[in-house]
Amino acid sequence: MSAVDTGTRTRDVLGASALRPDGIAKVQGTFQFSSDLGGDGVLWGATLRSPHPHARIIRIDVSPAWKIAGVESVITADDVPGQMTYGLIDQDQPVFASDVVRFVGEPIAAVAADHPETCRRALAAIVVEYEVLEPVLDPEAVVAGTAPAIHPNGNVLRHQRILHGDPSVTGDIVVEATYDIGMQDQAFLGLEAALAIPDPGGGGVELHIATQWLHEDRKQIADCLGMAPEQVRLVLAGVGGAFGAREDISLQVHTCLLALRLGRPVRMHYSRAESFLGHVHRHPATIWMRHHATAAGEIVKVEARFVFDGGAYASTSSAVLLNAITHTQGPYRCPNAVVDGWAVRTNHLPCGAMRGFGVVQACFAHESQLDKLAEACGLDPVEIRVRNVMHTGDRMITGQVMQNVAPIERCLRETAALPFPDEPVGGHDGDVMRLPGGAGRTADVGHVYRGIGYAAAMKNLMYSEGFDDYSTARCRLADGVVTLKFATAEVGQGFVTLAPQIARDVLGVDEVVLDRIDTGVGSAGSSSASRQTWMSGGAVNAACIAVRDRLFEHVAARHGVEAASLRIDGIEIVDESGALRLSVADASAGVEFDETREYHHPPTEDLDENGQGNCHTAFAFVAHRAVVDVDPDLGLVKVVQVATAQDVGRVLNPLSVVGQVEGGIAQGLGLAVMEEIVQIDGRIRNASFTDYLLPTMLDMPPVVMSFVEEPEPLAPLGAKGVGEPPTISSTPAIVAAIRDALRQAGREPRLDRVPVRPIDIIGVHERPRT
Amino acid sequence: MSEHYTLHVNGVERAVQDAWVGENLLYVLRERLGLMAAKGACEQGECGSCSVLVGGNLVCSCLVLAASAVGEPIVTVEGLAPPGAPSDVQQAFVDCGAVQCGFCTPGLIIAAHDLLDRTPEPTEMQIREELSGNVCRCTGYGRIIEAVQQVAVARRTADAGAAS
Ligand code: FES
Ligand code: FES
Repeated sequence: MSAVDTGTRTRDVLGASALRPDGIAKVQGTFQFSSDLGGDGVLWGATLRSPHPHARIIRIDVSPAWKIAGVESVITADDVPGQMTYGLIDQDQPVFASDVVRFVGEPIAAVAADHPETCRRALAAIVVEYEVLEPVLDPEAVVAGTAPAIHPNGNVLRHQRILHGDPSVTGDIVVEATYDIGMQDQAFLGLEAALAIPDPGGGGVELHIATQWLHEDRKQIADCLGMAPEQVRLVLAGVGGAFGAREDISLQVHTCLLALRLGRPVRMHYSRAESFLGHVHRHPATIWMRHHATAAGEIVKVEARFVFDGGAYASTSSAVLLNAITHTQGPYRCPNAVVDGWAVRTNHLPCGAMRGFGVVQACFAHESQLDKLAEACGLDPVEIRVRNVMHTGDRMITGQVMQNVAPIERCLRETAALPFPDEPVGGHDGDVMRLPGGAGRTADVGHVYRGIGYAAAMKNLMYSEGFDDYSTARCRLADGVVTLKFATAEVGQGFVTLAPQIARDVLGVDEVVLDRIDTGVGSAGSSSASRQTWMSGGAVNAACIAVRDRLFEHVAARHGVEAASLRIDGIEIVDESGALRLSVADASAGVEFDETREYHHPPTEDLDENGQGNCHTAFAFVAHRAVVDVDPDLGLVKVVQVATAQDVGRVLNPLSVVGQVEGGIAQGLGLAVMEEIVQIDGRIRNASFTDYLLPTMLDMPPVVMSFVEEPEPLAPLGAKGVGEPPTISSTPAIVAAIRDALRQAGREPRLDRVPVRPIDIIGVHERPRT
Repeated sequence: MSEHYTLHVNGVERAVQDAWVGENLLYVLRERLGLMAAKGACEQGECGSCSVLVGGNLVCSCLVLAASAVGEPIVTVEGLAPPGAPSDVQQAFVDCGAVQCGFCTPGLIIAAHDLLDRTPEPTEMQIREELSGNVCRCTGYGRIIEAVQQVAVARRTADAGAAS
């Protein structure tokens, strides 16, 4: 890390590196995660899942499970009292499959018993007879219309075109390629877990759940339970990471159903293998792009075709596809565009939200294209990008005008100016751990090449396409102590750190108490789309300002001054004349102000049939540079350093931003060289941390960074969301660096798919078989 | 469900009654003894979230049969420092921003204590190598390395002060 001052703290207001209020509990192991909730007499729940990617259910016989001692309940689709299906956008996913199963892992039944081992035996005893059907596994067959429908709603989840400018324009220079992006897993560490406690009499239920969006969960759960939303109360249990995988329903409905049926609390926990089946993943995608540019390297047109495999159910596929195609141009000007996008249903694992939400896939394609353009134009990778950067006021390919601060050139130039690693290949000490392959001791310094790659990205913030996106916060001030209440899911990102900083800033108090995060206040929307700093930050800010206004009126009346002349100075209230100065603690003694506010962002609109419309709310930008060492014969890569300059608007908590940047880059590195869910014939083959490889401390290099601070006038606190951009262009930067290393080794690398595997580097599969 | 045995956890003899012999140490610590600090994120020895010390050795408690740990001293995060009085490693993790969701944290805290006890002044590469069995999905590890380094420096400074 460099160029970042995490500073000395005086008061934990905005701009200070305030520490997490839950930090001590987390390091001491007393913080309660959803999987830590239980207690005497709480039963265990477990789920029976389909072993087939596509099959008709002929018969389900649960009676053998009932005969096992310790089994308290066995439920199937017959036991769902309300709506039989759920889903974030389309309610197309069954609570339990009853007639057809559409992916390996689809829930069919659930049991409750006294011990996890009893549950396991009960699930094994349930008899399900299937008629196995041919799975639809090729997204192109769906696009071509040759695949049979595997769902009553059909197989096309979304088809959207973008036509902008003059489609007949051509460039002096044309580059094109087809790119493939593998299926990535969010791999949060805290597995799915929940505790459902039925109300006495069964008139309602309280669910303690690790989720990203309490109110949306509540709505979907209540529908399936046949209850009114008020009968279902959700409490945020400790969340062990999210990254998009907790936006959809997984075990929520099953746990509530079991608890309500038994009139007893039930807890359900997924195993790691089950978690791979139980939540949505990042969409695997195939993207063709063709860029047209002038001889000087100025982009004049982009053509593209996107095919996203949504898997068996819709989840957020339609929104992910929208994000992907509307980011075809990346952070660059592009006057003309012809884009065609498909998100389709197959019998693969369902896909939906993951950090970056469609833009990760688009960015790998457009940044690989920019490097091709640079080469064709004889420009270096930074120069080609700087020549094309978008500015505030530019029109995007959707016709929408960029209204945000857009310091892309600064991001690129500052990234390029960050220091390079001072160690040569293999390091000064010759420690083999520094070489690709590390402890395998396979690579030899003499055969290792070092490469450098650049990439940049644009990412929309908040929700799109006409969704009324809002957040709610309640602020109470009494005797100098502020209590904040909101339903904003704290998933590790640190909103619980930020919210008190806002209150201290606005109200001049030091003591801020956070109320329980639950559905006892209005919705906060989802902790996704890099939106909570802007949205829930905006709501907390508005509620605090409303309380401050009432406090000022109170002080003004008491002291005979104008409320409008008052302001907060540190922990005091002062008036313009300087005559009045009193502490907020004294001013609020014996009184109580309680205000609730919603923050809505400006409305957006749907795209028309040509993909034109003001569909997005706001944008942030980022650039990455990667330095990698590659052994071209062994196909091994060691990422040596990642540098980044990120457009953050305004840094509200330096330590938190550093954490988001480093953590996001680690996930981008994972997609670049390690992480992929492998499905063969519709069956996942690596549903474990043994076979699904996550970056460890040895894989993750040091990060050097600088924050580009140009406060965003449209953001309530001047700050842009910072969570997603680090994950987006880090992947193509690393791949570009591998290509650079291979070129130095005299190879002609394509590397048009991620993750990059050893065989892609060695090029084995391109050699003729003998 | 008929095993009875005694475990020696954080200096206290703890009786385990009517347990199934197939239960691993992680399950028994959490579900039978109520010690929830160790976490299960893979139950396959791949993530380190369940790290504890058994007989002074850092182990993945998900891979140890609880009944096989009889007679060995077991240390969990709960045994490192009393509530509200964090150890130097624990405090450094908070101060340095090494904690986000915190699910990996108890395992890393145990592993970092173990590392610093064995290797008081680890190089950055030693930290990376020794802690590479602990997966963190949130932080990208930078602040965790920083925390461990900060403790090493503080302990050296304290030792130097005590010696002079
Ligand atoms: S839970 Fe034991 S190593 Fe992952
Ligand atoms: S802080 Fe979330 S896994 Fe490490």
